[in-house]
Amino acid sequence: MGSQQVRIKISNGLIIDPANNIESKHDIYISEGRIAAIGKQPDGFTVDETIDASNCHVIPGIVDLRARLREPGLENKGTIASETRAAAASGITTLCIPPDTTPVIDTTSVVELIHQRASEAGYANVVTLGALTAGLKGEQLSEMALLKKFGNCVGVSNALSPITNSLIMRRAMEYAASCGLTIFLHAEDEGLAGNGCAHEGAISIRLGLPGIPETAETNAVSRDLLLIEQTGVRAHFCHVSSANAVQMIARAQYDGLPVTADVSAHHLHLTEMDIGYFDSNCHVRPPLRTQRDREALIDALATGNLNAICSDHEPHDADAKLAPFSETEPGISALETLLPLALRLTDDLSLSDVINRLTAQPAKILGIDAGTLSVGEKADICIYNPETNWILKTEDMLSAGRNTPFAGWEFKGKVMHTLLNGKVVYTNK
Amino acid sequence: MKQHDIQLDKDGMLRHFLTIEGLKKQMLVDILDHAENFSSVSLRQAKKVPLLRGKTIANLFFEASTRTRTTFELAAKRLSADVLNININTSATSKGESLLDMLHNLEAMQVDMFVVRHHSSGAAHFIAQHVAPHVSVINAGDGRHAHPTQAMLDMFTIRRHKQDFTKLTVAIVGDIMHSRVARSQIHALNILGVPEIRVIGPQTIIPKEAAHLGVHVYHDMQQGLQNADVVIMLRLQRERMEGALLPSEHEYFHMFGLTEEKLKHAKPDAIVMHPGPINRGVEIESSVADGPQSVILEQVTHGISIRMAVMSMALGRSSLADGGQN
Repeated sequence: MGSQQVRIKISNGLIIDPANNIESKHDIYISEGRIAAIGKQPDGFTVDETIDASNCHVIPGIVDLRARLREPGLENKGTIASETRAAAASGITTLCIPPDTTPVIDTTSVVELIHQRASEAGYANVVTLGALTAGLKGEQLSEMALLKKFGNCVGVSNALSPITNSLIMRRAMEYAASCGLTIFLHAEDEGLAGNGCAHEGAISIRLGLPGIPETAETNAVSRDLLLIEQTGVRAHFCHVSSANAVQMIARAQYDGLPVTADVSAHHLHLTEMDIGYFDSNCHVRPPLRTQRDREALIDALATGNLNAICSDHEPHDADAKLAPFSETEPGISALETLLPLALRLTDDLSLSDVINRLTAQPAKILGIDAGTLSVGEKADICIYNPETNWILKTEDMLSAGRNTPFAGWEFKGKVMHTLLNGKVVYTNK
Repeated sequence: MKQHDIQLDKDGMLRHFLTIEGLKKQMLVDILDHAENFSSVSLRQAKKVPLLRGKTIANLFFEASTRTRTTFELAAKRLSADVLNININTSATSKGESLLDMLHNLEAMQVDMFVVRHHSSGAAHFIAQHVAPHVSVINAGDGRHAHPTQAMLDMFTIRRHKQDFTKLTVAIVGDIMHSRVARSQIHALNILGVPEIRVIGPQTIIPKEAAHLGVHVYHDMQQGLQNADVVIMLRLQRERMEGALLPSEHEYFHMFGLTEEKLKHAKPDAIVMHPGPINRGVEIESSVADGPQSVILEQVTHGISIRMAVMSMALGRSSLADGGQN
């Protein structure tokens, strides 16, 4: 693509690049889609285009560990084009897609389709997790070696489908370990979770909503940790939601198990109380838990026991949320609030740590070259103005899903430009 | 951000009746007083008052019910409203029409009030959030959440017998976990100032967090009934025997079924209540259900008065706003 040949200078921005321990003002020079230099203009470099980043922070493009783009299968809720465009406007340059598309990502042809659509849209890099079991049914191993080799799947996961049979989980872990694949786990004991739709506690009792007890998460984490220890697989826990689960994972990390974990941005900001009188936009899985849990999640993010923040983006059509609470579909359209919600954490974490958990850390978990501004790396860059105040209005959202509990919230920090492979894919006008 | 209580209009008058929670004591007393006035109507030769003449009320029952639907229907007819009974099992949602589409269709037929029973908690709130501004919604039971008119008729019954709420010990026995009746009763009793509310049953149907509702939890029937002024028995659904909640009806009756023997632990003048329908020999012995301390049939009668009170308050309010044509 000819446009990649454009040589860009990003001037006067405060560069925050946690992987390289940089937090200072420099110019960045980009050519051939890659970062050519930081600070000093290389000899013979002619600037075709200058992006003025005065008063802005320049960070690596955000790597979102989990986002559902709804294609293939649920295009009424979103498409790869609509959702990657929303990602670009939110400073996100890499999205990792869980395998619960329709059809499931258990064959390389599905992966090929996704990559083709993403590259046609051209707004963001997309990587995929392959199914851990065929059809996510929890019965038979998927062809994970082939998914890795020919589909470039960066890991395997059974998405939100439980693997109730512990022997099958053990075998899947053993096989993933021998393929050198990281296994991404949604820790939920199917029996204990039952038909629950809210954290089992004061609010679910008050509203008469079927509850999901904390033990639905901790019991699954406990089993999975024992199997991880036994099999030696590299494992990652998705959207941890409770204080006790975090503590168990921290303990395992201390004991040297190859375990990482992430938290979704909404679990860092909302609790069961936000359900109010049945706000279906707060229906998420795992459920929003207590204030104590929320505080523990933030603490664990600060200590690094939770390695990354992700959006857990789940866009829905309006009908999916227009029903009595328990009959609505869980999930939040969350790409556009990921960075602003993360930036609200700077009372508890340094800015550099916040950015690290959005960029270098998730890239490391996925084992991909992204999330840094090192010279020679692909120029995936997010430039945001940290002082711009704005209010989230659903009608302004670019995602096809407008299902967010954050409508009306005032945020500080607005993405001004996003670069993907050295090409500007978003400019705030 | 404090949420506006959607049950009230901007003047603090009752617009919808969705839950007891959050209402002021005076509002509950007003409902009881109105019901007291209406109770004489039912005793007259001509059992009608023209308060809601020209109004249309739709009973939307997504769940089977005989008693509640009938008393709502009678209450509406005694207020001279036109009543539409819609049995959803044989109607549109089974053909794929969404709940909202169906509501908007009924609104287009100029319905003034929906009386809703639904199997999902929060259904009445959901409907109230989406109806046109002139429409009122009365919750006739939503999932496990609330059954506010049932709770009010129970309060009415208690007031008839015990006058002062602030001196009472009330024991509620049975499946608190799944009971919308119990939740609404607990809110009402707390708001009306009852100093001691007890819930009695095994932990499988009375979860630990129940204490958050403002009750004392007892797992022993005799201790829980000690010196109670009011004993409320909840209906035990047959399906609770599945899913390992309870071992058997036989054991439940032995441990928590109300017998004359167990009732002796309550005060001698204690009243026995039950929202119906009764499972004789499961949660209550026939001799107690039909005995001198039972007020179960009174509850049914009072149900009509309470529903007349709530309907007239919610719809009478809007006719006043229209220019007081009544």
